[in-house]
Amino acid sequence: MDPLTGLKALSGNRFTCEEPDYMQLIEPKLIRRMSRIIRMGVATAMDALEQAGVKDPSAIITGTAYGCLEDTGIFLQRMVENKEEMLTPTAFIQSTHNTVGAQVALLLKCHSYNNTYVQRGHSFETALLDTMLLLGENPAASVLVGSADETTNQSFVLLERFGLFRHQASGEGACYFVAGVSPAAGSLAKMAGLKTIFQPGDHAVEKAVHSLLSQNGMKPADIHILLTGRTNEPSTATYYGMVEKTIFPLTPAGQFKSLCGEYPTASAFAFWLAAKILKQQSVPSIICPSFTGQLKNILIYNIDTAGYHSLMLLTAC
Amino acid sequence: MVPPVYIAGLGAISAIGNNVAENVLSLQSGRSGIGKIEHLSTLHKEVFPVGEVKSANEELAERCGWTGTNSRSAMLAYIAAREALLDAGFDGGMPYRTGLVSATSVGGMDLTENFYPAFLENNLSGKLRNVVQHECGAVTERVAKALGITEFVTTISTACSSSANAIMLAARMIRHGLLDIAIAGGTDALSKFTLNGFNTLMILDHQLCQPFDQGRRGLNLGEGAGFVVLTSEKVADATRHKKYARLTGYCNANDAHHQTASSPEGIGSYTAMMGAMAMAGLAPGDIDYINLHGTGTQNNDASESTALHRIFGTAYPRMSSTKSFTGHTLAACGGIEAVYSVLSLERQCLFPGLRITTPVIEKPGVMVSAYTPDVALRNVLSNSFGFGGNCSSLIFSQA
Repeated sequence: MDPLTGLKALSGNRFTCEEPDYMQLIEPKLIRRMSRIIRMGVATAMDALEQAGVKDPSAIITGTAYGCLEDTGIFLQRMVENKEEMLTPTAFIQSTHNTVGAQVALLLKCHSYNNTYVQRGHSFETALLDTMLLLGENPAASVLVGSADETTNQSFVLLERFGLFRHQASGEGACYFVAGVSPAAGSLAKMAGLKTIFQPGDHAVEKAVHSLLSQNGMKPADIHILLTGRTNEPSTATYYGMVEKTIFPLTPAGQFKSLCGEYPTASAFAFWLAAKILKQQSVPSIICPSFTGQLKNILIYNIDTAGYHSLMLLTAC
Repeated sequence: MVPPVYIAGLGAISAIGNNVAENVLSLQSGRSGIGKIEHLSTLHKEVFPVGEVKSANEELAERCGWTGTNSRSAMLAYIAAREALLDAGFDGGMPYRTGLVSATSVGGMDLTENFYPAFLENNLSGKLRNVVQHECGAVTERVAKALGITEFVTTISTACSSSANAIMLAARMIRHGLLDIAIAGGTDALSKFTLNGFNTLMILDHQLCQPFDQGRRGLNLGEGAGFVVLTSEKVADATRHKKYARLTGYCNANDAHHQTASSPEGIGSYTAMMGAMAMAGLAPGDIDYINLHGTGTQNNDASESTALHRIFGTAYPRMSSTKSFTGHTLAACGGIEAVYSVLSLERQCLFPGLRITTPVIEKPGVMVSAYTPDVALRNVLSNSFGFGGNCSSLIFSQA
């Protein structure tokens, strides 16, 4: 099924991933040993590589804010309940933050550069930044870059206690992309620019938007869709309002968190969505009802609840 | 020609010292910091020796000038990063684009693990302030705020190679012209989580560890933080501040063999060392000293020494594992050992590895067993390898 036509707003306050038939993507005997986040990460990585026709990527770069929460929780719980005795290693082994990237390397027997970024709401963005650096250093590289974050029963309860899901349901997700310097026949989109800002001061977001546009020789009118992480969260409304109404008054704005929920690497979902929209040249009505006109440039603006702002500009190939 | 990157400041806190000077004194006098657990509350207190930083959390908080609840990882990081920044002659109000690239594997787990018993009893109990810094990135965020760094802040978590990768990213950001200065390294506090985790893997030594000894039994965990300040040539020249060394080579490779074990032939470590030398334009004969990853486990030291043999044949440079002093500080070791490597180069001396009776590399004189001043060092290689096959090597050369 075309993933774009299947898009729907979810309900409830905890969105969970619809998981694929892993048997098509991962060797069955390995699936059993993998935790959920590893399965999701590895499956999306394998899928992306297959789509791009790449078998041995020049780098594997992953962003994850929370890491492997399920295994972390399991090991912690057993450690508390068993009072530090009679513990088994499996959950501990799979609890390290680099497990998803490492498992992908292991399955591919890929000895290349491998890195994992864990900077909360900028985890995916930093992985993208590293990708851009690597492609600058080695234009022949094909980089596997993505993100993975999971929600567990324990993490959901905890984050809910922090008040994170009062205005938007919790979410989770994994996705990987293959990036290179030259466009190929199947290329989805061009990553034209990235800006990250942490807890911005006065006008920092405006400046970043204008600088991103001018680096690409664009004016606000050149952005055809503004894809934002807007939720009902009041603390971020001023920023979204400023970008939507003051900088891009004429650009249709669509919101992606009703589709994927709130999580620190949700911007990676938006990145996937924007790339698919540009490739297919059609906008799901849930993003922008009855969109017409040119569809070349999409700007993603996301704010993570911890104060991490990011801007990602994608253009059609 | 890639633009050079200079090391302009050093900061370290570990079981052998609260600052760089104290660390050096211990390394020179052969005084290990590994011993009985004093501060970590654990069932294994009498069982496993560790390399603890010799301060309670309250003392660390005082040294940071911090109030409230803070992860030990954050406090260790701030102490070392602040020292590095001051050492480089920067004390706030910097006119340069400055980034913080930190690394941690446990983050605020030291607090989370004490929150969990109450939370498991009742999901509505447990003080939330104890999980605010659970995320690795939240620890770095705390440090960045205290240092006043906003331009670029990130965290890398690739197990025991984390801080070598942080130093590598910092250098690349400078070379790409995105930053003028970067503080890079890593931190990890001891936690019950990691102590019990490594215990399930049965790779903890009940005695003091003996890295690169044939009779080695496993590793001792340690804790601490190590940071270096990297600058572009422009900044290094403009500030006329000390240039300790140049970072001339680095490489990140993956062993792709097993989630926790290293391949017998040392594919990842071989690739990382060769890649770093290729980048620096150096041949094996140009490396004068290696600060080994050398954890003291059967597996790591066998794999690392095989990779070394493949690269150097029998023409080994001098080498040692300073983990015999500090214990294995996990995500911090690449940072702490980068500090030691740079000091070795700057002072033209070799820091020893302790407790070797039957060396894995038997050729006499290869393993540095005592502090050795007045040596001629041009290039020093530092290895950091981790779970998930993550292997990284750094090369420091004379400034």
